[in-house]
Parts: sequence; structure tokens; C-alpha cells
Amino acid sequence: MERRRTIRLTVNGTRYEREVEVRKTLADFLRYDLGLKGTHVGCEHGVCGACTVMLGDASVRSCILYAVQADGQEVLTVEGLSSPEGPLHPLQQAFHEHHGLQCGFCTPGFLMSALELLAEKQNPGEEEIREALSGNLCRCTGYEGIVEAVRAADRVWNRS
Amino acid sequence: MKPAPFEYAAPESVEEVLELLGEHGEEAKVLAGGQSLGPLLNMRLATPGVLVDINRVEGLSYLRSGDDVLAVGALARQRSIERSISIPRRWPLLHQAAPYIGHVAIRNRGTICGSLAHADPAAELPAVAVALGARLRIRGARGEREVEAGDFFVNYMTTDLAPDELLVEARFPPLPPRTGTSWKEVARRHGDFALVGVAAVVTLARDGRCERVRLVYTGVAPTPFEAGDAEEMLSGESPTQELFGEAAERAARDCEPGSDVHASAAYRRHLVRVLTKRALGEAVRRAREEG
Ligand SMILES: Cc1cc2nc3c(=O)[nH]c(=O)nc-3n(C[C@H](O)[C@H](O)[C@H](O)COP(=O)(O)OP(=O)(O)OC[C@H]3O[C@@H](n4cnc5c(N)ncnc54)[C@H](O)[C@@H]3O)c2cc1C
Ligand code: FES
Ligand code: FES
Repeated sequence: MERRRTIRLTVNGTRYEREVEVRKTLADFLRYDLGLKGTHVGCEHGVCGACTVMLGDASVRSCILYAVQADGQEVLTVEGLSSPEGPLHPLQQAFHEHHGLQCGFCTPGFLMSALELLAEKQNPGEEEIREALSGNLCRCTGYEGIVEAVRAADRVWNRS
Repeated sequence: MKPAPFEYAAPESVEEVLELLGEHGEEAKVLAGGQSLGPLLNMRLATPGVLVDINRVEGLSYLRSGDDVLAVGALARQRSIERSISIPRRWPLLHQAAPYIGHVAIRNRGTICGSLAHADPAAELPAVAVALGARLRIRGARGEREVEAGDFFVNYMTTDLAPDELLVEARFPPLPPRTGTSWKEVARRHGDFALVGVAAVVTLARDGRCERVRLVYTGVAPTPFEAGDAEEMLSGESPTQELFGEAAERAARDCEPGSDVHASAAYRRHLVRVLTKRALGEAVRRAREEG
């Protein structure tokens, strides 16, 4: 039992080893220890979805998961979707083209939830898309552009 | 830092978990999916001295349906219900209720047993477990015991579990032949906790009458509410819309909903009436398809 612990994990393909306080959330670890501020923090109790990242192949709320729980695992954040030099990920491109964002605060979380949906499913219906994204809140867009963007990304993203 | 300081342990066996719980008693909390405990810690509504994370314990993530009983290990995630091949066919009520639990990312982490242990009065799975007559296997320093779901929920967020005990497995018995089930729920938005939810389990006799009916509600009492009177008035009778209406009245009369910021008690009773009729109708239709 301890209050600090050394963890080893892979984030966006890069391996890290860090000592952390055990009560540090994965969201705070990503943002402050690794400087990956693309993962946003809104409500900090699991409701808004802004902090959603992939842990292994499942989307999780990083605000109610501790960094120590990701020890030995792989994390994907919005920074890992595309490289700064390269083209945007098809989902990012579609959000850009279809007005899937305004202020952008919610966007990283939406992208991760949409990524999980589209990775599992080709050609989801509108209801399915809305349900998959129901755990992400957006104060700006009214959601229409977001749903449209996910449909568009589904058509062009070559998953193979 | 959001949560108050705590010590953290990530044991790798059930024995170690029990040892830690025995040693720290009330001071310790089991961390399963963390989807209820995490928010409580972040808001400092819970300030345990020790978190015993069971996520590294080997062999607890199973959903086993080999024999007639569905055995659900302490670490089986809520999401795995939706991925299972046998559950939709053989324990359809679980499959009908699961999508109402929060959102995908919540169900990816949240465990079935954690939801039972947490015993939120508006949660789906406690009502489902009672309706299906699940049995809960509990281990502690003093050995192992089994409790019926109906006896497990003691009060608002309080179960029969002692602080040094672990819920290791939930066991769901098979449904009898000619049985149909239905989950109906109203929440303010998709994924929110239920204002009212109802599980209906109807077994028809060969002549088409109701042989056995279970009606268990969430959101209308501190623990899953069993509408015993309504169940009884249906058994032995031919299922008709009229009778469903009477049973719904009975359930609405007998339940004890509270008023809060989400809904008044009167509105919750109204929902009990509406949802009971719908759930019974659907369960009976499905029972007929079975038989
Ligand atoms: C945004 C959001 C929306 C949600 N919506 C819903 C909803 O609509 N319906 C719903 O039912 N739930 C909902 N939840 C809660 C979710 O289902 C939780 O997963 C569940 O209540 C608790 O399971 P857990 O595995 O996450 O447990 P944890 O949060 O890890 O633990 C909860 C409590 O149970 C104890 N515990 C857990 N497992 C065991 C065990 N095996 N033995 C002994 N004690 C144990 C813990 O010590 C703790 O006190 C929501 C959560 C969030 C964040
Ligand atoms: S910040 Fe994690 S869900 Fe809102
Ligand atoms: S774009 Fe502003 S919150 Fe969604």
C-alpha cells in the first residue's frame, strides 16, 4: 500500500515511466504530467464526457480513473489521432467540414466516443450514433453537425 | 487534486483482497469499475483511508453460462452484457435493461456486481437482480455465504455486505419455459438515472393464463420495490389490457416514491401506472412467442 507509485504506460505510442500520487486522475496525469492538454476536463464526475480517452480498446472517462490504474496499459488521446505534420484523422476532418464543433471544448471527447463506435461498426444508423454519443455534452453545436460529421467519417474512413 | 489522500492497494488474488478488507474494515473501500465511487471521491463525499482496487485480480471478469445458471464474476463489466451471445437469448431482461445504464464509456468500466453493491435506488441492475431471483455469493474473513437478491438490498445505498466482505459473484437462474420479460424506463435524458424503471417477468401457463408474474421497480423506494399485490392479482388470470390497468393502479398505490429535483412523487406514480401496463403487455407478448 502506498500514496505514490511508479507507473509504466504507453500513451499515443510513446512509452512513459513516471512516479505519481495514487489519487491523481488519469486526466490530470495526461494534462499535467505528460503535457497532453487535448484531453479536456469539464465536470470531473463522469457526466460530461469531455475527458473521454481510449484505454486499450474501450472508451473511458479519464476523470474517474486513476493514473495508477492505467499502469501497464495503452492509452490513446486526441493527440494520437493524427500527427501534427500529417493529414487529420478522417473523423477530425469530418468534424471540421461538417461544423461538428464551435468552441471545441467538447470535441476531443466526442472524437474518442465516435472513434470507438466507428471502429466497431460500419454504417451505423442515426439513432445508433446519437446513442453512442449520448454520454458527451456539447453546449454549442446543437449536435446536428456532430452527427453529420460522424456519418461522413463513416463513409470515408478506411478502417482496414 | 480532487480526491482526499488515500492509500492504494492493487492485490492480485481474492484472498489478498479479503485480507486487506479484514485489516482495514470501515476505512477501506473496494474499487471495482469506479463509476460510482470515482465521482464520490472526486466530490469528497467519500473519503476512505484505503482503496482496494480489485481490477488486477485474476479470473473475476467472467460471464459464465455453461450450466443453466449465469454466473457473473465481480469484474464483469456492464458492457459485456451487450456483447454476450447467450444473455439476449437466455437472460433477456439483463440485455433489455443494460443499455439504460449510463453511457458506453460508463458501461465499459462499470461492473455488474459493483452496481449491485452500490445499491443506488434509481439503478437498473438491483431491480433486475431481484426480478430474476439472482443469488449473490459473498466472501469474507469468516468464509463464504449466499444471499438472495431480494434480501440483499437493505436500505438507500445500503446492502447486506459487511465492510470486510466482497461480492464475488452474482448468479442468475434460468427462466422457466413460456416466460417473457420486459424493462421499461423513463429518464430525463438518455443515460441518466431512471425516474422510474420497471422489470416485468411473466410466465404463462399452457392455457395462456398468467402462472407467475414479477414486477420490480427502481426509483420509487429506497430499495428495489416489489409490487406483491399487483403480482398476486395477475397470477392465475388471463392477461388482458384491463387487468394490466388494474395491476398498474395497485402498484402505483403501493409504491413509496419520494419527491426530488427530478420529479414529484405524483409524477413518479403516474409513470408507474404507464410503464407497468407497457411492460406487462410486452412481457406477455414475448412469453407467447416463447411458448
Ligand atoms: C455519468 C454516469 C451515469 C450513470 N448512469 C447510471 C444509470 O443510469 N444507471 C445505473 O445503474 N448506474 C449508473 N451509473 C453508475 C454505474 O452503473 C456504476 O458502474 C455502478 O453504479 C457501480 O459499479 P462500479 O463497478 O463502477 O463500482 P464502483 O464505483 O467501483 O463501486 C461502487 C461501490 O460498490 C462497492 N463495490 C463495488 N464492487 C464491489 C464488490 N464486488 N464487493 C463489494 N463491494 C463492492 C464499492 O466499494 C463502492 O462502495 C452512472 C455513472 C456515471 C458516472
Ligand atoms: S470531465 Fe470527465 S466526464 Fe466530465
Ligand atoms: S463545441 Fe462548444 S461545447 Fe461543443
